[in-house]
Amino acid sequence: MTRTLAALIPLLPLAGWIANGLWGGRLGRRAVAVIACGTVGAASVAAALLFWRVETAPGALSRVDLYRWFGAGTVQVAFRLLVDPLSIAMALVVCGVGFLIHVYSVGYMDEDPGFARYFAYLNLFMAAMLTLVLAGNLVVMFIGWEGVGLCSYLLIAFWFTRPAAAAAGVKAFLVTRLGDVGFLLGIFLAFGLFGTTDFTVMTQEAARRLALGGGAATALALLLFAGAVGKSAQLPLYVWLPDAMEGPTPVSALIHAATMVTAGVYMIVRLHAVFLRAPFAMDLVAAVGAITAIFAAACALVEPDLKRVLAYSTISQLGYMFLAVGVGAFGAGIFHLTSHAFFKALLFLAAGSVMHALHGETDMRHMGGLARRLPRTAGAFAIGALALAGIPPLSGFFSKDLILAEAFRAHIWLWVVGVAGAGLTSIYIVRAFALTFLGGSMRNLGEGAHDPPPVMDAPMRLLAGLTVVGGALGWSFTHPGVLERFLQPVIAEGATLVPRGGSGAGEAALVAASLLIAVAGIAVSWRMYVRRTLRLGSPWLSNLLRHQFYVETVYAAVVVGPARALARTAAAADRSVIDAAVVGVARSIGRAGQSLRGLQTGYLTHYAAFILIGAILLLVFWVSR
Amino acid sequence: MAVPPLAHLMLSALLFTLGMIGVLVRRSALIVFMSIELMLNAVNLSLVTFARVRGNVDGQVLVFFVLVVAAVEVVVGLAIIVNIYRSRQTVDIDDVDLLRG
Repeated sequence: MTRTLAALIPLLPLAGWIANGLWGGRLGRRAVAVIACGTVGAASVAAALLFWRVETAPGALSRVDLYRWFGAGTVQVAFRLLVDPLSIAMALVVCGVGFLIHVYSVGYMDEDPGFARYFAYLNLFMAAMLTLVLAGNLVVMFIGWEGVGLCSYLLIAFWFTRPAAAAAGVKAFLVTRLGDVGFLLGIFLAFGLFGTTDFTVMTQEAARRLALGGGAATALALLLFAGAVGKSAQLPLYVWLPDAMEGPTPVSALIHAATMVTAGVYMIVRLHAVFLRAPFAMDLVAAVGAITAIFAAACALVEPDLKRVLAYSTISQLGYMFLAVGVGAFGAGIFHLTSHAFFKALLFLAAGSVMHALHGETDMRHMGGLARRLPRTAGAFAIGALALAGIPPLSGFFSKDLILAEAFRAHIWLWVVGVAGAGLTSIYIVRAFALTFLGGSMRNLGEGAHDPPPVMDAPMRLLAGLTVVGGALGWSFTHPGVLERFLQPVIAEGATLVPRGGSGAGEAALVAASLLIAVAGIAVSWRMYVRRTLRLGSPWLSNLLRHQFYVETVYAAVVVGPARALARTAAAADRSVIDAAVVGVARSIGRAGQSLRGLQTGYLTHYAAFILIGAILLLVFWVSR
Repeated sequence: MAVPPLAHLMLSALLFTLGMIGVLVRRSALIVFMSIELMLNAVNLSLVTFARVRGNVDGQVLVFFVLVVAAVEVVVGLAIIVNIYRSRQTVDIDDVDLLRG
């Protein structure tokens, strides 16, 4: 039963992909939509049933071997799924948010000629993501890992006739590939160190096989973290995510906010036993997370494009998740992953509704006053924005607060950076809300703008509901919360670096501090962008932010330029040396044939004469010998 | 009186040369064909001569083989010539140059 359910979860969307991919063009739009949403919905039901089984039998860890995949000597790799609280919680998030976004897409992509292709890709993405989540060893996870990367590429470049979209797809593919090299090397190293990549074995054996702080543990953790950095768009490989906004907005919501980009966090939590043996790697994870959180939040401050603001926001929030897992608060990381999936998907869907109403406009400088025309969308965006800013009782407050509390226990500076990032977060999201929905009416745009149809509205409402109540997953006066208790069998006791259970007063002070910062950020932003009574910043600073601290410029000069030059040199060398050699051989043979062609006159007499000459020559040869 | 073998061989060489020249210079397929027959029989003559000189029948046996092969060749060759004539209305070998490179 468990086996069937676990196998069905990734296989159902895969079947949807096959059906829509092969026959989508001939099926009607309605049939395509029913197949796509139906398979994901069925996978959600299967995940819910599986969740119920895990919940009723706590501590039950089940490994599902679908078949023996490949083997060589002592290295045996099974196609193994792992069903435990962590994977099933993640699968529920992926399936649930994925299903809502599938439904939303039916409305959003309604008039697109690539309707069937879009849903085929989306279903393939779900299959790959669920494979990644349910994988029982690193090799199976790698299938899903690359599968979601492929689907990300396909969906970013979905409107491939637009050069920007095609370039963004290639960029996303190449940049994440950089991290994946590290991930793949990490898998090989895991084979070398453990003889297997099975997660349960690695978790059990980590303490025995890896010396605490030893080179092997550090190398393994850093290599795996490289993959996570690429996939989850952290510094220094974040550059692909803002460009990925060229894809359809539901794709941004599903892949580039709620699910795929969180794969790095999930992988680290999955292998936390390995990471805990490498304190240096953990510190690096936390530091990268904290710096990314504040860096991306700063970039979002001046971004004029609504979707790109949300993209930077996603990078920043992923930074918080890495900060959490870096300080050993794995439960908090997964909690923030979950609540972020809800409210960021909600924000993206609201942004998608705005784009839908404005016929694809994303530049906030051309928007304004949309709250009157799109009241429901504005409400949804407001809920998501407040959750992102960390205002109670919305889910973002609880999860971010938990992370900041854990960061404070680990290191004061991580907390300071995190809180500063939180302040920037509330500034940029209120700015985005104000520029889009408040203020004066825009010029010539949105004459007929109206709220989206019910098929798009309903998913937004459900996500708004989840955003409001999602905090209950982690909320409690005493740690750990509901979600953390559920994850307890996986993230074993003592997994955290820092001893638990601070004083209640200290806790309250931290909550008050972060809440104060969030409210202060909102107030500042309100005065800057709504009342317009406050002016902050200097041209120098805003220029720096507008160019994202010139990271892309440096990459263009240091990496992209030389790489292109190398490519051009290689292409020239290929043409002038290798191709020339091949073509030269062929051409000289052709020329030789051309010159011998004159011998074949076709006249019988000439052939007879040749025979005669040959015979005479032979005779001369024999006689003279 | 016995004609010396050398005379036979010289006759054979003469016939062979005549046939060879015929093959090389004539344009009618039938004449070329006949010239080839002439060359074959020149060889036959020399074979018979050698058989006589050596005093055994090896050369004569070989002549029978040559005759048989020549007969078969006539059948095939004439058939080819007839077919060429049917398709091209000519037996001029210079008109049949499909193999020109």
